Amino acid sequence: MAFGDNEVLRGISFHLPRGETKAIFGVAGSGKSLILKLALGLIRPDSGRIIVLGEDVTQMQENQLFELRGKIGMVFQESALFDSLSVRENVAFRLMEEHGVYDDDIDRRVREVLRFVELEHTLDLDPGELSGGMRRRVAIARALITHPELLLYDSPTGGLDPVTSNTIIELIVKQRDVYKTSALLVTHRLQDAFTMASHQFDQKANRMVHLPKGQHCDVPMSFLILRDGKVIFDGGVEQLVQTQDEYIREYIS
Amino acid sequence: MELTSPTELAKEKVLTVQDYFMFCLQAVGNLFRKPLYVADMALQADTIGVGSLPIVVLTGFFTGAVLALQTSNTLERFGSITLVGQLVSTSMVRELGPVLTSLMVAGRNSSGMASELGSMVVTEQIDAMRALGTDPMKKLVTPRVVATVFMLFFLAIISDLVGLVGGLAISKLLLGLDARQYWSNAWQILVFQDIFMGLIKPVIFGFIIATVGCFYGMNARGGTQGVGRATTQAMVAASVLILAVDLIVTRLLMATLSYR
Repeated sequence: MAFGDNEVLRGISFHLPRGETKAIFGVAGSGKSLILKLALGLIRPDSGRIIVLGEDVTQMQENQLFELRGKIGMVFQESALFDSLSVRENVAFRLMEEHGVYDDDIDRRVREVLRFVELEHTLDLDPGELSGGMRRRVAIARALITHPELLLYDSPTGGLDPVTSNTIIELIVKQRDVYKTSALLVTHRLQDAFTMASHQFDQKANRMVHLPKGQHCDVPMSFLILRDGKVIFDGGVEQLVQTQDEYIREYIS
Repeated sequence: MELTSPTELAKEKVLTVQDYFMFCLQAVGNLFRKPLYVADMALQADTIGVGSLPIVVLTGFFTGAVLALQTSNTLERFGSITLVGQLVSTSMVRELGPVLTSLMVAGRNSSGMASELGSMVVTEQIDAMRALGTDPMKKLVTPRVVATVFMLFFLAIISDLVGLVGGLAISKLLLGLDARQYWSNAWQILVFQDIFMGLIKPVIFGFIIATVGCFYGMNARGGTQGVGRATTQAMVAASVLILAVDLIVTRLLMATLSYR
């Protein structure tokens, strides 16, 4: 995948098994966000195939992709909430497009998903009235409302302070452990992925808890590292920690 | 500053024109494909039409008034001062009403559309819309095109009427002409060809305003600077295109409608 003379991705190939979460790392400009947009069919690759939920998105027309995208939820880097709509309308957007009218059922689902991200009280606010972290959580709610089979997170903690980042990661872990949805998470923050690998959501305590040493979360988690447009690592957390590759060791140190 | 070769520049311009035509085809084609966003069309009609009313009224009034003032001097020399009403009427209905109204609406709305849609592009809202299964062309562009075409038709009519009122104000207050004579002259000089020309132009110009504004907005790149550039380019392109198309349409209509 190239833009003019700038080849951003080259020979990328990986598999995301159902139910697994894969964290994608790389330096700025390595093409991480591009992978998510390619998966969603927002951009077409120059060559190759991309199979998403059993369908080849590289061969599909835009109107055919709309149906597939109904099964995928994406959280964009800067939230990408619609400025002219309220939180309620943003979260209900996809349901409104399908049903046409904002009825009691849609209202119930909107409240349910906003309760999940703990922002039910912001229903009638505009995106401009929300903090960065709140906008990110509303974006997550918007992606989750249709219970998608695949979630794509593009730097969900980008630009946020550590406390708010932790809140977002806790939400993602909650979604992962409660609904077991497959997910691709693009991030430049290693600590986010390691937090996800070493923590699990406790539904009784309603919070994220640290797993005992040596124990891993029930939902499989893997890591993908990009460098110069290529995949240089694709494996689990143990393989990552034990790798002898100098660049990777320096990256994770 | 790096200079672009003339060949590359020409290719770029031809490609832009091609993309614009494809864009227009898609915008119109969406009218025959579901879903139709009627509520969005109504909202845009309010923003574009009702929102532009004050500026259209002011433009029409002062244009009619200054037309009467400027031409009265020449008409008086030929002893034809009473023809002011006819002159204001034909000028406003055939040309100035549609064109100046369209230029004002282009300045207000074409740039507004470009900046709104351009901002949505650079903040990934358009990508988000596509990711949520909604076609941005159907949801954002087609309603704006329909609303602008529909409302500009009526705005031009209002501009013509207010222009005649402006001409009347000058005729009565400064030139001392009889109001009834003014109105009957203004009314009687108009023929079907004048009305047809004056009403077909706003439809065409409305299409240009909306498609140009939306085209530049949807193709904005490069952050806030890109949005600013798109806004300016939309306004300039729409205005120039209106003036150029006006000449072509006027000539075509004069040839086909058997103008005297």
